[in-house]
Amino acid sequence: MLSRVGDSTYWMGRYIERAENNARLLDVNVQMLLDFESRGVETERQFWGPILSTLEDTELFNRLHEEFTAAAVLDYVTFERRNPNSISSCINYARENARAVRDQISSEMWEQINALWLFFRDGSAARDFRANSHEFYDKVTYASQLIQGVTDATMTHSEAWRFVQAGKFIERADSTTRILDLKYHILLPSGEQVGGNVDISQWMSVLRSCSGMEAYLKIRQGNVTPWGVAEFLVCHAEFPRSIRFCVDRLDEVFHLISATEEGRFRNEPERLSGLLRSQLDYATPDSIFSHGLHEYLDGVQEQLIRLDLAFHETYCAY
Amino acid sequence: MASLFQEYDPGDFYDEMFSGRGQVRPHYAKLLRRAEALSVEDFDRKRQIAERSYLNQGITFTVYNDQQEGTERIFPFDLVPRIIPADEWRQIEGGLKQRLNALNAFLHDIYHEQRIVKEGVIPQEIIRSAKHFRPEFMGFDVPKNIYIHVCGTDLIRDRKGRYLVLEDNARCPSGVSYVLESRMTMKRVFPQLFARYGVRPVDRYAQDLVDVLHYVAPASAAGDPTTVLLTPGIHNAAYFEHSFLARSMGIEIVTGADLLVQNDRVFMKTTKGLKPVHVIYRRIDDDFLDPSVFRPDSLLGVPGLVEAYRKGNVSLANSIGTGVADDKVVYYYVPAMIKFYLGEEPVLPNVETFLSAVDSDRKYILNNLAKLVVKSANESGGYGMLIGPQATTGEIARFRQMIEADPRNFVAQPVISLSRSPAWCGGSMQGRHIDLRPFILCGEEVRIIPGGLTRVAMREGSLVVNSSQGGGSKDTWVLDGETESC
Repeated sequence: MLSRVGDSTYWMGRYIERAENNARLLDVNVQMLLDFESRGVETERQFWGPILSTLEDTELFNRLHEEFTAAAVLDYVTFERRNPNSISSCINYARENARAVRDQISSEMWEQINALWLFFRDGSAARDFRANSHEFYDKVTYASQLIQGVTDATMTHSEAWRFVQAGKFIERADSTTRILDLKYHILLPSGEQVGGNVDISQWMSVLRSCSGMEAYLKIRQGNVTPWGVAEFLVCHAEFPRSIRFCVDRLDEVFHLISATEEGRFRNEPERLSGLLRSQLDYATPDSIFSHGLHEYLDGVQEQLIRLDLAFHETYCAY
Repeated sequence: MASLFQEYDPGDFYDEMFSGRGQVRPHYAKLLRRAEALSVEDFDRKRQIAERSYLNQGITFTVYNDQQEGTERIFPFDLVPRIIPADEWRQIEGGLKQRLNALNAFLHDIYHEQRIVKEGVIPQEIIRSAKHFRPEFMGFDVPKNIYIHVCGTDLIRDRKGRYLVLEDNARCPSGVSYVLESRMTMKRVFPQLFARYGVRPVDRYAQDLVDVLHYVAPASAAGDPTTVLLTPGIHNAAYFEHSFLARSMGIEIVTGADLLVQNDRVFMKTTKGLKPVHVIYRRIDDDFLDPSVFRPDSLLGVPGLVEAYRKGNVSLANSIGTGVADDKVVYYYVPAMIKFYLGEEPVLPNVETFLSAVDSDRKYILNNLAKLVVKSANESGGYGMLIGPQATTGEIARFRQMIEADPRNFVAQPVISLSRSPAWCGGSMQGRHIDLRPFILCGEEVRIIPGGLTRVAMREGSLVVNSSQGGGSKDTWVLDGETESC
C-alpha cells in the first residue's frame, strides 16, 4: 500500500471519530447545563470555557470572538471553518482524505462520508442544529457510527482498513481522556460538594457522552461515584470507549500491520503502544488518583501524541 | 396526460430523433413509445433520482475561475439517450481506426525520418513551431511503436447528418468515466428498456485499458507489470475520473510525490518500503511530468522520470510528444496523412479549415471573422475560442489582433450547425446541440468503446458543449443491429 494511502486512511479514520467525539462533548455539556438555572455571563464562561480548554482551542476562539457566549462556543466547535477541529472542518478533512483514497475504500463508505459532507454543505446541518441541538448532535454521532459500521462491513480488512482502525482508536482514546478531563475543568457551583448531587449528575453526563451509562450501571449496580466512573473510562478492558480498550485495539492493529507477534516489538510505534498498553493493563484507581486524574490524563495524551508521530515516521514519512 | 414529445420541435437542424415534426426516426421509435407511456411527473422523478445519485456518489468535476468556495459541480446529465444504429457505427469505427493508425504512423515518422516533411506534405515550419513537439525525443523508439494509446476524437454532425471530425485529443483525453457512470445510471432508471433495445455494453473499457497498459510494459516487468495511474491530485478537474479508472482497473492511483526514481528505475513509496513501477498511465501533461527535464516549477511530476522512460525501464501512456498530433494546425493535415501513410481515402472528413499561417487563408479569415469559429492551436476545454456570429465587436477585434500577432497559432472554421437531440430543459423537451467523443484504445489492436461521450450544450442555441462551459452529457447507445429496430 502506498504510504500516502496509509496516511490518508489513517486520517480519514481519525477525523470521522473526531467529528463524533466533538458532537458527544458538546452534547454532554448542553445536558449538564440543563441542571442549572442561572445563566449569567459568568456561568456561561464557567460552563463553556472548559470545553475550549480541553480541546486546546481557547487561543483561536479568543481571536475570533470578542464575547464569550454559549452560542459562540457551540458555533465555534460545530461549524467554524477557521477552526480546523470543528465538526464541520473534521468532516471536510475526512472527505478530502476519503477522496484521495477513493480507489481504496468501498463505494458504500464513500457515499456515507459524502452524504454527511453534503448535509453540512447544503445548510441542512445548520437548520437541524437550530431546531434541536440535542437531536442534531445525535445525528452526527449516528452518521459517524454508520460510516464506521459500513467500513467494517464493506471494506476488505487488509492493510488500508487497519490504518483506518489505527486512526479511529488513537483518536477515540484521546477523546475519552478529554471528555474525562472536561469534568475536571468544570468547577462545581459554590455550596456544592464533591460527591454531592450536582457532582454526581455531572459524572453521569460524562458517562452518557461516552455511551457508557448502561454498561457502567450494570457493573456498579447503579452506584455512580467519581472514582468509579474514572476507573471505568480509563481501565475497563471490554467497554469500547474506555482508554484501555482503545489502546489494546491500537496495539493489536499495529502488530497486524507489521505482522509482529503481540507482546513483542519491531518498531517504535509498537514499542510505545506496548508500553502504554501495559501501563493501562496494570493501572489501579489508586495509582491514577495518586498522580491526580488531570495529570494522569495529560500523560496519556502526551503518549498518544508520541505514538502518532512514531507511526507516521515509520510508515508514511520515512 | 401530456406526452413528453408532443410539443417537440426539431427545428431547422439535423435532429437525431426526428426527421420532421412528429416523424420519429426508426431507431428511436421504441424509445418514443416507451416515453409516451410516461407522464411528465414520472419522467421528472426519474431525472431527480439520477441527479441525486450523481450527487451522492460525488461524481463531480472542478470548475476553474469559480470565485465561490465549492468548486465541485455535478456534470448535468440528460436522460434522453443518443442512439446510433449499427451500420452508422460501423462506418464511424472504421474511420476512427483509420485515423488513429495514421496519427501513430505520423508520430513515428515525425520523431524519426520526417518523410512527410521531406516529401512536401506538411511544411517543416509547422512541425518545428508546434508547441507540443518534443525534439528531445527525435530518434527515440517508444515501446511497441505506439504513441497514442488512448485517444478521444471529437465528432460532430452537420446539417445533413454527415459525421465530421472536429478535433483529436491525443494527450490525456477525459470523459470516459462519465460514459461508464451514465450507463449505470440509465440502467438503474430505465431497466426494462435496455434488454429490449439491443444496446451494446460499454463496461469492457477498463479491462481493455489494462490490456493496453500491460501490452506496452517493459521486458523487465517479466510479464507481471506494476501499473499505476498518475494524477495531479484531488484538486484536478478530472480527479473523479482518475480515481474511477484506477478503481475500475484495480490499479494504484499515485501522485508525483508517491513516486521516486533511483538508478533510472521508478518506485512507489509504500508502507512496506519501495516497490518498482513498470507502466504509468499518466494523466499529467508532458510539461509537468519531470521537473528536471521540462517545467522546473512543476510540483506534480517526478524528477528523473523521463530518463527512466528513455532507458526503457518504465512505459508511459500516452507517450511523450503526442501533443504535436492534436495541434489544431496539424489537424488540418490529417486527411493528407491518411493518404500518405495508408494510401486510403479518409472515411471521416475534417471540418473545412483555414490556416491563418497561409496568406490567402488569413486574408479570408480576417475578412470573415464574424462568420467563422476561430480556435487557437493548443487550447482545449472551450477556452481560447471565438464564435464569430455570437461574439461582440470587442472580442472580434481582440482575436484580429491576436491572429495578426501570431498567425501560426490560429485556425478558423465555418460555423457548423451541429446536430441536435431532444433534451429535458426546464420542464419540456427542447432541441439542443450535441457532439460525440468516442474513446479509442491502441494496444495489440485498436479497440473503440461502442459510442462514447455525447456532450450536450444545455443552453439554448449554444454550440459549446464543454463541461467547463455549461455542457452536460447523455448516454450514448450503439445498437447491436440484431434486435429488430421497431
